[in-house]
Amino acid sequence: MTAAVLLDRVTVRFGAFTAVRAASVEIAAGEFFSFLGPSGCGKTTLLRTISGLVEPSEGRVLIGGRDMAGIGPNRRPTALIFQNLALFPLMSVAENIAYGLKVRGVPRAARRARVEELLELIALPGAADKRIDELSGGQRQRVAIARALAVEPQVLLLDEPLSALDLKLRQHMRNELRSIQRRVGLTFVYITHDQGEALAMSDRIAVMNHGVIEQVGTGRAVYEAPRTPFVASFVGESNALPGRVLATADGLARVATALGPLAGRDPAGLRVGEEAILFVRPECLLLDPPEEAERIEARAGEETYEGSTSHLAFTTADGRRLTLATGRDGGERPAPGTVCTLGWRARDAIVLASRTDPDRGDG
Amino acid sequence: MHASVGKILVLAVPVLLLLAFLLLGLWERRALGRAAGPSFVARNGAPVAIWLVLMVGFWTIVLIVLPLLHMVDLSFRPKLPPAQVGGPQDLYTLDNYRFFLFGGGFSASGWNDTHIQAFLITILASILITILNLALCYPLAFYMAKVAPEARLRLLMLLLVTPYWVNEILRAFAFRILFGTQGVLNKALLGAGLLTEPIDFIGQNVALYAGLSYAYLLLMVFPLYNAIESLDRNQLEAARDLGAPWWRIHLDIVIPHSRPGIASGTTLVFMLTAGALAAPQVLSGPNTLWFTPIVYDRFYQAFNWPQGAAYAFILLVTCIVFVLGVLRLFRLGLGEMHR
Repeated sequence: MTAAVLLDRVTVRFGAFTAVRAASVEIAAGEFFSFLGPSGCGKTTLLRTISGLVEPSEGRVLIGGRDMAGIGPNRRPTALIFQNLALFPLMSVAENIAYGLKVRGVPRAARRARVEELLELIALPGAADKRIDELSGGQRQRVAIARALAVEPQVLLLDEPLSALDLKLRQHMRNELRSIQRRVGLTFVYITHDQGEALAMSDRIAVMNHGVIEQVGTGRAVYEAPRTPFVASFVGESNALPGRVLATADGLARVATALGPLAGRDPAGLRVGEEAILFVRPECLLLDPPEEAERIEARAGEETYEGSTSHLAFTTADGRRLTLATGRDGGERPAPGTVCTLGWRARDAIVLASRTDPDRGDG
Repeated sequence: MHASVGKILVLAVPVLLLLAFLLLGLWERRALGRAAGPSFVARNGAPVAIWLVLMVGFWTIVLIVLPLLHMVDLSFRPKLPPAQVGGPQDLYTLDNYRFFLFGGGFSASGWNDTHIQAFLITILASILITILNLALCYPLAFYMAKVAPEARLRLLMLLLVTPYWVNEILRAFAFRILFGTQGVLNKALLGAGLLTEPIDFIGQNVALYAGLSYAYLLLMVFPLYNAIESLDRNQLEAARDLGAPWWRIHLDIVIPHSRPGIASGTTLVFMLTAGALAAPQVLSGPNTLWFTPIVYDRFYQAFNWPQGAAYAFILLVTCIVFVLGVLRLFRLGLGEMHR
């Protein structure tokens, strides 16, 4: 089966600045695929490259197996939902939704039928004649989706469309988007800097940093088996303990950190002597570690209460801040200032080389 | 009616208008309550408020309203020697307007052909020049607002503005030199062998229309530029992404958005072109009469100020009708035009 979208070593340069560097990714038809990364990592540029608003400096973009070189955004089988939605304020809801059909010369009656159908899909029946400024944020969101879906694209591109909404609505729209995607069965390519959003909605995620795709995988894979220090620290929270690899055995690596030798999983097969960082998730850090666990000492700090979880801050002897997540009944909290023993099971931590692979040519 | 009431009218109308505005303000406050927060005076203090009201009042009433009202008043009076002004013969009359339509009764047709023709040509040519200006400036303004990089935009602005540092009359003369029978253009065309004898650009009014088109170009470019500049670039990209070809994007997105700029540019250019004096006087051919030089002549050649006032008033009313027509065409309110 041909990929819905295939990026083949796509590089985008703006003058001397390289926004995207040799990005290769294959997005399957019907997949909800997210690009996740901090602002300025090149994810929006990559999305605009797929839509045709930006031409790649090098590499190819294939949509449905067809090379898109020289094909403008108005003739690509994609539809883009902008971060600010870019609804046409001088047109009604119906005119907005029908715009793509109108410019394609679809007759009026067919347009009207399609608009009705889409308003049904986005659960806004009867809103056809409303003005855009009469709609709430969530309703505008849905109109933007309907407008993009109206032209029956093969791929729907979404550029952080939920970022302007408040938290409750954002969570609601996540489910909404996911369910619309399931109903229409389209390929969604989604851009976000919010890892929660990416993890919750996506089939697969590509994590980007400085214009480079660092890792592609399911949310679970990206979260539980990060391949680079950036992915480990950007997707979810992580406590980082840098050091040098002392020994490797049984898929574990022992690292000489400032707090002594400590062990974690070694998925990549590190060399002894290599500089590496040991990552421990806050939820894997334990207050009363069992005997066989890796153990360190740290001074307890303040507690940050977040409802379903609490985050306890600790400071190590070398001044490093650590975070430990506990559930609602996390037991006794250590009083601020007391020195506690923390620990983790070696299998719950991960050791990654500090430097990214040289063949990636980052720099 | 005796014309001495005119003086009273001229002074009474602004006072009545001011009173009306004051009442309107009071009524609005009563109707809408004090939702607007503390009044302007409360926020800025009495001295600032009084200074502002005085200055704006002086500007509008003394510099604009009173002279105009005086002119309107004058246009309905007969031409009299100074000694008889205010005397028993100073009665309101429509003679000056009658003269515009029927002349002194010398023309064979019974109509004042020369003046009516000049008036119609002026209005028609001004409309065409306005449309031409719009057609020239829209692509330029769009380029400046949405395409040009910063550095090129600054250069373009400079290039657009610099020629206007030159006096209007000098610019008109420059066009005369350019288009004259012995002018640069004819010499170039003759030299290139494209012509065997020079074309009389001035006699054919080419120079006049070119000069007038150029004279108020900036007043079209900048309102358009401002309007287009405020359009979110994503709107253009969204339309393009939805499949619109470039001309549709302009038709459906850019032009509707820039309606206020188009309305403001067209009305400005039309009014100034129809009222232009320097360019027509320097550039019109021997057989052409532009309307404004005729008005000028009423005042300073015929020394008939009432008649000149009537002619000017006719032009003014026509221009106002044009503005209202344009606003109606673009479905805009008067206040929206200069957003």
